[in-house]
Amino acid sequence: MRRVSHCAVSTPCSPTCKVVDVADRSSFADQAMEFTPQLFSAALRMTRNRADAEDLVQEAMLRGFRSFHTFTEGTNLRAWLFRILTNVYINSYRAKQRRPDETDLGEVEDLYLYRRIGSFETAAASLSAEEQFLDLFTDDEVKAALEDLPDNFRLPVLLADVEGFAYREIADILEIPVGTVMSRLHRGRKAMQHALYSFAVDRGLVGAATDN
Amino acid sequence: MADCNETLRELEPFIDGEISDEAREHIHGHLGACVDCQQAFEFHLELREAVRRKASNDELPASLVAKLEVCLRDDFDGDGVVGNGGSDESASVR
Repeated sequence: MRRVSHCAVSTPCSPTCKVVDVADRSSFADQAMEFTPQLFSAALRMTRNRADAEDLVQEAMLRGFRSFHTFTEGTNLRAWLFRILTNVYINSYRAKQRRPDETDLGEVEDLYLYRRIGSFETAAASLSAEEQFLDLFTDDEVKAALEDLPDNFRLPVLLADVEGFAYREIADILEIPVGTVMSRLHRGRKAMQHALYSFAVDRGLVGAATDN
Repeated sequence: MADCNETLRELEPFIDGEISDEAREHIHGHLGACVDCQQAFEFHLELREAVRRKASNDELPASLVAKLEVCLRDDFDGDGVVGNGGSDESASVR
């Protein structure tokens, strides 16, 4: 007999684990599998590591599978899955990291990047008509700008700007008030703009920064 | 109609679609009349779209799909308990 180690999770199911009936099982697979690319992308932004991201998605999907009987038919399955993913990340992965859970960000002025568009003019002139100014930034730079945010800012920005969740849904997923979601989005987005501008300076897309 | 300060202050909730119908009307009215604010709005809308596009295009590894299919579709222990549940016996492949 071969042990099925690939389905083991860090917290093994107890003997009283809910029994999932066959109809639920196929139903979950049919409905949830389509969300795995989004879950994997989000998991990568969370863990910043492909192996950890795979494990995180696998564990989240398995937990969703096991608790699918608690999902209310007709409600938002995608939000439900992201809530599980986020919970597994916070409880299993972040706990292992040395990084502090709650970190503050330095102050960045409003409209940070927008106010600096002018300094990109030379670089922007090299873009073709179809390309936007923001295409000057590579995918990796945008990912890094997001991934470098502390968790308490990164998760709201990821859920809002990449995954398109509403404030209320993000508040429910992260179990924080809507007002906190809004302030963290505002500050997290500004910090991302600051990071993007720094990348542009490093890459010589703009002249030396005129301030910080 | 909103003024520049109010418009810029509410720009994020406006783009997020998270303000009242009345406030949206006010800001919409201002954007139609103020080139500066309209440009700031368009920039932030483009930035939002760029972030979404560039931070969500990771390729799903085939290995993960294969593992999930085994976990979610295969009746690998036949006892209805998913995964590594119950005794060691129930965590075995039939």
